[in-house]
Amino acid sequence: MLIGEQFLAAANIAAKRSDFWPETGSKLGQAFIAVALFAAVVGLLMFLADKAPKRGRDFVQLMLFVAPALILLTVGLIWPAIQTVWQSFSDKDGNFVGLDNYTTIFTDPTMTRVVINTIVWVAIVPVMSTAVGLAYAVFIDKSKGEKVLKSLVFMPMAISFVGASIIWGFMYEYRAEGFPQIGFLNQILVWLGGTPQQFTASAPMNTFYLIIIMVWIQTGFAMVVLSAAIKGVPAELIEAASLDGATSWSRFWNVTVPWIRGSIVVVVTTITIATLKVFDIVRTVTGGQFNTSVVANEMYSRAFRLGQPSLGAALAVLLFVMVIPIIVYNVRVLRSHREAH
Amino acid sequence: MSAAIAPENVGRIEDTPKAKRVKKRLTSPFATTAAIVIAALWTIPTLGLFVSSFRPERKISNSGWWSVLSPENWGWTLDNYETVLFESGASSANLGTYFINSLVIAIPGTIFPLILALMAAYAFAWIPFKGSSWLFVMVFALQIVPLQMALIPLLRIFNSDWLQISGSYQAVWIAHTIFGLPLAIFLLHNFISDIPRDVMEAARVDGASHTQTFIRIIIPLSLPAIASLAIFQFLWVWNDLLVALVFSGGGVRVAPLTQRLGELSGSRGSDWEVLTAAAFVSIIVPLIVFFSLQRYFVRGLLAGSTKG
Repeated sequence: MLIGEQFLAAANIAAKRSDFWPETGSKLGQAFIAVALFAAVVGLLMFLADKAPKRGRDFVQLMLFVAPALILLTVGLIWPAIQTVWQSFSDKDGNFVGLDNYTTIFTDPTMTRVVINTIVWVAIVPVMSTAVGLAYAVFIDKSKGEKVLKSLVFMPMAISFVGASIIWGFMYEYRAEGFPQIGFLNQILVWLGGTPQQFTASAPMNTFYLIIIMVWIQTGFAMVVLSAAIKGVPAELIEAASLDGATSWSRFWNVTVPWIRGSIVVVVTTITIATLKVFDIVRTVTGGQFNTSVVANEMYSRAFRLGQPSLGAALAVLLFVMVIPIIVYNVRVLRSHREAH
Repeated sequence: MSAAIAPENVGRIEDTPKAKRVKKRLTSPFATTAAIVIAALWTIPTLGLFVSSFRPERKISNSGWWSVLSPENWGWTLDNYETVLFESGASSANLGTYFINSLVIAIPGTIFPLILALMAAYAFAWIPFKGSSWLFVMVFALQIVPLQMALIPLLRIFNSDWLQISGSYQAVWIAHTIFGLPLAIFLLHNFISDIPRDVMEAARVDGASHTQTFIRIIIPLSLPAIASLAIFQFLWVWNDLLVALVFSGGGVRVAPLTQRLGELSGSRGSDWEVLTAAAFVSIIVPLIVFFSLQRYFVRGLLAGSTKG
């Protein structure tokens, strides 16, 4: 009760001091008007399409349904992507420079570092998240309180990368030796008799500490998908294997894993692509300093902070190119997997 | 696969006790311990943030949150939240305003792409036209284009003389709508094309036009899929940083919580009384959505990842 009043009082002070409430009203009004207008336009067009002359009605209706999405995708995604490819072969003034921007990416030491970091991220995050997620899914399968246990690990999936980065920034917080630690990990180090570390500032291990944050976020995803897959393994198969004297370890490797292989591939692929595009974590925790930058972060900095849009474009294209082999592999495995069944 | 192992050779009598034993063996002491350790590792960081956000500034910076139960470190306050939400001033967090911005961005940013995707998905599933499957495959393929590929030119379009909307809600809404469409169209198409043909034909026989079918049949029948996708898109938009940074202009007028939070972690990186409360303000909405609608969230996730 008291807490609520205190809060209201604060809100009132804020309200008196500033134009918070009128401003809020006008902003929410904008959102409301936008949605209402959108609904009205769509509704009106549907109504008109319904009343169109009979001969062309089907065509008019088809256009109404499919054209808005296709136009938006063409103007907002396909055409910009083509322009980005073009820009990656140009300099700042639009002159064609061939592969210069790409040469920079693969020869300039700061840039090669960025590429290597990205490869390290992609090598570690999907494997670690999937392994921990799968192990956890197996451990808690059919256990009491499975739902709650799942929620705990799944929860980080719901929050923003920025929020997760601050949560972990607090875990990694460093105080000089002898002062009371407020970061949990450094406190553990001190308890174990070690010296506190500046986790996020000392390369090359700092990249690994950033990677932990991504693993923390993605494990829940792997766990939920793989847990659903595990529940699809026929009970008879497991039973048959144990009748043959298989240990739970060999049952896991020889029955469960082959059965859920398709799901594992999908999970690894999805996490790999998410990892390639990771930007928020690096930007929030280190801002790309201390040799931690990755392609997605560098793309943003070059294009929108440092005034090097061509280099930014080349980095964006590099991201796209890195995604393609993963997708191709994914499609191939899934296809052969489906044929095997 | 099942043929090779031939389940009928397995003694039927043993079925029930066997199943129980299998179950028991899976939950060995090792597995239980490992599960508890993982669950703790995944919970402690958030718990630490949450506990700290209610501690007075002096205590946060002089003692760890894990020692809060000892008498000299005991002490709670709501000041941190009051400061980050309502205090006005050049360097204050001002999160009350950013919270509203996040809402104003996320609600239309969820509704627009969903409705447009629903319409397109219906057309791809039930209106036969030339090039339909080819176009659908293209939309599907667009999912793999990183949105980084579109940022620079799209910002140029928003900045152009005839639009001039960059740094406004409109720019952020449109960007989120475009980037949300491919996945939304794909998932809704999967769902809508599973509606029994009989239902659709019955409507057709009754003389319903496409718009009538869409409103009276497609929307009501797709509500579960729409719910899952709406949660997804809402969380995506609420949690997004990249699109907000590029298109919102970064100011207090339009930018969302994530943007301000990133800024604070740069400018006030050691003021943990500010950062902990600020982070919690930004994650509270996703957490509420997640815990109250987890079922739909998981369903959407599974639908999205078990394609193929």
